Order: sequence, then C-alpha cells, then structure tokens
Amino acid sequence: MTTILFTNARLIDPEADTETPGWLLVENGQISRVGSEAATPEAEEYIDCNGACLAPGIVDIGVKVCEPGERHKESYKSAGLAAAAGGITTMVTRPDTLPAIDTPEVLSFALRRANEAAPVNVLPMAALTKGRAGAEMTEIGFLMDAGAVAFTDCDHVVTNTKVFSRALTYARSVGALVIAHPQEPILSAGAAATSGKFASLRGLPAVSAMAERMGLDRDIALLEMTGAAYHADQITTARALPALERAKANGLDITAGTSIHHLTLNEMDVSNYRTFFKVKPPLRSEDDRQAIVAALRDGLIDTLSSMHTPQDEESKRLPFEEAASGAVALETLLPAALRLYHSSDLTLPQLFRAMALNPAKRLGLPSGRLAAGAPADLVLFTPDTPFMLDREKLHSKSKNTPFDGARMQGKVRATYVAGTPVYEAF
Amino acid sequence: MTYSHPHLLGIEPLAPPEITAILDLADQYADLNRRDVKHADALAGLTQINMFFENSTRTQASFELAGKRLGADVMSMAMQASSIKKGETLIDTALTLNAMHPDLLVVRHPHSGAVDLLSEKVNCAVLNAGDGRHEHPTQALLDALTIRRAKGRLHRLSIAICGDIAHSRVARSNIMLLGKMENRVRLIGPPTLMPSGIEHFGVEVFNNMEEGLKDVDVVMMLRLQRERMDGGFIPSEREYYHRYGLDAEKLSHAKEDAIVMHPGPMNRGVEIDGELADDINRSVIQEQVEMGVAVRMAAMDLLARNLRARRQAKPEVAV
Repeated sequence: MTTILFTNARLIDPEADTETPGWLLVENGQISRVGSEAATPEAEEYIDCNGACLAPGIVDIGVKVCEPGERHKESYKSAGLAAAAGGITTMVTRPDTLPAIDTPEVLSFALRRANEAAPVNVLPMAALTKGRAGAEMTEIGFLMDAGAVAFTDCDHVVTNTKVFSRALTYARSVGALVIAHPQEPILSAGAAATSGKFASLRGLPAVSAMAERMGLDRDIALLEMTGAAYHADQITTARALPALERAKANGLDITAGTSIHHLTLNEMDVSNYRTFFKVKPPLRSEDDRQAIVAALRDGLIDTLSSMHTPQDEESKRLPFEEAASGAVALETLLPAALRLYHSSDLTLPQLFRAMALNPAKRLGLPSGRLAAGAPADLVLFTPDTPFMLDREKLHSKSKNTPFDGARMQGKVRATYVAGTPVYEAF
Repeated sequence: MTYSHPHLLGIEPLAPPEITAILDLADQYADLNRRDVKHADALAGLTQINMFFENSTRTQASFELAGKRLGADVMSMAMQASSIKKGETLIDTALTLNAMHPDLLVVRHPHSGAVDLLSEKVNCAVLNAGDGRHEHPTQALLDALTIRRAKGRLHRLSIAICGDIAHSRVARSNIMLLGKMENRVRLIGPPTLMPSGIEHFGVEVFNNMEEGLKDVDVVMMLRLQRERMDGGFIPSEREYYHRYGLDAEKLSHAKEDAIVMHPGPMNRGVEIDGELADDINRSVIQEQVEMGVAVRMAAMDLLARNLRARRQAKPEVAV
C-alpha cells in the first residue's frame, strides 16, 4: 500500500468551488483524504507543494492524435508527453484519423498504441457514421464494448437529418453520448474567417456567425425528437447561447464545450494572414469571445478543451484560404486559460470546473475532482510564473501553435496519473 | 516624403504623401510615354519577373511594358500552366525563382494574402498585381492618377464605386486610397454583392443607382464576373443591367462633368452601356489603361531605388 501526502498545497476544488490551503493524501492511486488542519496524516512519501496549486488533472475532450494515418504529425507518445507537460491527465481522442476510427478493430488498434505509448489516460471516441461520411451509422454498441466513450464525426456535420436522427435514437438506446459540431455546413462551406469588417478587409471568404446557431437549432430540434445525450463540441458565438440556454431549461440532455482558442483569441489575431491562427470554426469577434467567457463563467458552457489539432508545416505554409485549420494546444491549454484567471474573468475553481470536473462528469468518469475515492489524477502548477512560449520546445511533433513567442503566465510543476508522476519540472 | 516601403503589397499600409509621391512620378512617366522615344533607364540591369497565377492579359502586358520601358530584363510566367499543376507549393515556387536573383517580382494570385506570404520568403521587391479579393494597389493608383488628371485634384471629390464590391480587390484598394486622400466614397450595388461589415469602412452604401449617383464627380464601374451572374448572387444579367447597368439616364443623376471609369475588361450591356463607354466626353477608360503603364513604371522605379539603397547600406552576399 503506497501512500503519498501532498502538503502545503493550494487546493483547487471545482466541485466545492473553493481554493484553500491544505493537504491531500493519496492511497493506492486514489485520493483518500483532503484536509486543511495543521495535523497531517502519516504517509510513506511526502511532496511539499510550497504553496503551489494542486488541482484535478485536466480531462480534455477532442484531442486529435494522428494515429493511424499521419503519425508524422502526432503520435500517441508525443501527444501523451505533451499532455503530461500540460497538466492533462485524460485525453479523450478524436476519430478523425486516416482511416477514421469507425470500427472496433481500428479502435482496438488505436487503444493498443495509446496504452503502449502514452503516459496519461487515453479514452477514445469513435465516429458516429462510417468513414465520417454521414450516410450510415457505425457499430455503436460494439464500439462501446471496445472502449469508445463518445461518438462524433468531428468537424463533419451529418447533413442528412434522417441519418442523424436515427443515429441519435440508436445512441440513446445504448446510452451513448453523441458529440456534434453545430454548424450550417452549406453556409459555412469554404469559409476561412467570420463575416465582418476584418474578413472583408482581408478579402477572405467568410461565414456568418449565424451558421453556428443554425446548426445548433437543428440539433436541438433533433434532440427533442430523440431524447439523446448530446454535447456540442464548440460553441463560439453569442448568438448560439440563447438557444443553448433554452434547450437546457427545457430539460434536454445537452451540454456544450468551447475551445481555448475561441476563449482567448479573436479574429483580429489573424493579423497579416497568420495561418497558425486558422482554426475551425474560425476565430470570432471580440464581442463573441467575451460572451463565451461569460457563458463559461455562468456554467452555460460546460467544458473547455484544447481542440488539439496537429498540422505539419507544409499544410500551414500556404495562402490563408488554402492552409489547413487547427492548432496544437495540449501544452498551452492551461497557461492560456490562466490568462482569464489573471484578467479576473474566471476563478481557478471555475477554470477547473470547465477543464476537469464537467468533462469527467459528462463522460461518467470518477476523475476531475479532489474528493476521496477519485483517482489521484492531479496537476501541480504555479499560476504566476511568467515565460515566453517557444514553439520548438513543445513536445508535440507538430508545432502549429498561435501562441509562439507569446508572454504567458503559469507553469505546470508536476502531473500525476493515479498517483504516479508522469511529468515533473520542479 | 517619398515612398519608403520595400514592397508594394497594398494601399492599406501607405501614407497619403507616399501615394502622392507615386502619382507625381507617374505623371512624369505619362509624359515620357507620349514621346517618340519612350525609354528611360531607371531599371537598367535589373530583372523583373511577372508571376501570374491567375489569367491576365491587360495587367500583365501593362507591367511588362512598364518594365521594358525602364530598361529592365522582363520575364513573364503563366504560373497556372506550370509547376503549380505538378503540386509545387507557392513558397517552393518563390524560392526557386528567388534563386534566379530577380530584383522585382510582380505577382498575381487567386488567394487573398498569397502575395504577402510570398514577399516574406524572397529578397527582392514584390509588387502585388492582385491577390484574391484583397488588394490590387496599382489599379487603385492608376485610377487615382486618372481622376487627378481629369479633375485637377484628388481630394474632396464625391466618388461612386458601383457593382460587385464583395468580390472585388479593385474596390477594396480604391476605397482605401480614396478614403486616405479625403474623398467621399459611395458604394452602389445589390446587397448580395456587398461585403459584410462594409458600413465600417467609412463609406456610404446605396442599393439604388439613382440615389447613389446623385451629384457625384466620378463613377467607377466594376466588372461583373460571369460566374456570379446566374441566380447565385443576382437574378439575371438583364435584371442586373436594368437596375445597376450604367446608361445615360442613370448617369444624368451625377454631376454634369462626372467622368466614367472601368477597370476593364468591360461587359458591354451588362454593367455599362456600350455607347457610354465610348463617349470620349465622359469615359476615361482608355486614359486609365494609359495611366496604368505610367503608374507601374513609377512604382517599380521607386521600389528599385529603395532596393538599391538597401543593398548599398547592407551589401549582402548575393543570396
């Protein structure tokens, strides 16, 4: 029986919404006691946190690892190291690989690779339709047996509402969570930016922010029909929020996430056609960004993800319209999120509610909290340490981060998965 | 103040005195171009490469002639026919050409921002000959020169730009240039052909030609591209001509001495009445073509001066 005692910690408890000095005892890979009394329990190993923050490890829904298919962009090993360095203890991976993860066989392959190579927990998602083509549903039951925690066609919208409603109905019958990308696909086809002054000034093909609400409205109607469990991967515009609020008030089983890039950057950051700022959906106006920050604070938006999307240099060193979308973010998720803490927009418990507690709850995981019985998936970090981000130092194989050269604050000191350190930088 | 940038990528970064500097020099070249002997040696010994990733006859010819009149060695490449088809990226193409030591690179590309990207990867002066729907700076400059010569000034004029604003790089560059020089800019066209957020560009927007043209000094027509005519953006060619095509009746709402401009090539009977286009009292369309060569000579001359000054200040090893 191994016991570890973290002393002198600033405990970030998203469940209780508190931030208190105290200690935390780990027994056999699980949190066994948390307290703030001066008298601490005995343990075999002691870790003095020196006042650093101890929080539940991040549960990141929507990480793209490029296995199978494009291992040169990101492997389970490189993604796992990046996650550990970023305080992420559970990667919930996307099925938009080559080929798509849409059969139990491909899923087993990916899981085997993950277990061999990644130091953090990996929970795979599977495609909702075969080949993410939106025509036929996958073997949802078998895929769940093989370990799929949710079903998503990622950025492909299932345009055929018959197919989508049947998939939702079937998913409900087996208790599967469906994650969708709310977007009107025809209106947003070919768009590289959000409609408005900036896109017009740069002459970029753009999509109205309304396309997100249209996609969400459609999905909500289908939820009313089917009663399925649904999570919107990224809500990024103010106009989609009232629809989300009503759907929740009407008792639908709906949650929503957003990405760190939409929370901390806006369309103007694209500046002179910087392709590392090209993400999907495109960055929004500052008004939208602020509305999303407020929605995350109020809990209307439940989760915050990295939407980690590795792209090689070749696919980014192109004219903006032709360049690939997406950004790596496993290692920058926490320091970028801390910008909102430093600007007094969000508290640390609020941030970890969105990054750890809520995603874990949505997937039915015991992690994401500092409570007795929860797995000792923990991140120890100093929120004020300043640094300049150097993309070449990222663990990801791909270096496409919009934060290259950015001044950031907050460093991960250590990451623990089931009480075992997977990253240490004291 | 003279022109201080290493490239000419757009109107947006230019200050009004820089625009004036280009136009003043272009005025001199316009005079030169009317002489029997049209040669100058501002670009003697320099190499100019025209890279057109998009079809162009007029702009390419204009740049080619401008370079030749100033004594440059000019090479034109039709890029859509060459390596792009073989899958080479824009940057690789640029690096290949860069290795041939060009001094001036004239680039047209179908994607916005492509010329900016290219300019970061080469060590010569880059001229944007049109990128996507972003900018077409030499067109705006030649329009400005034409207006200045016809009207005697380039400020406090009321100028209407009509037609497909949304897809037009010419419109964007002109809006910026004319705004910087303190003119009143009006945009006229169907709402489906207006870019979003256009009301923040310091312009007045009209959906009606009669109202929009009222008392303007200059009417700038834009080309309506064929692929936008059928039902996608406008109901039909004939409805467009009826509502937005420039004819004598619509022009009568403008000032009596208003001039008519068009960047070419024209669709007679779609956006402009053929007779009006040929009316030498109103139309300055031929003059625009003439000023095009002069403005491009001036721009390349100024860029070459900056290039030489930079090379003298920092005699780098030929890269």
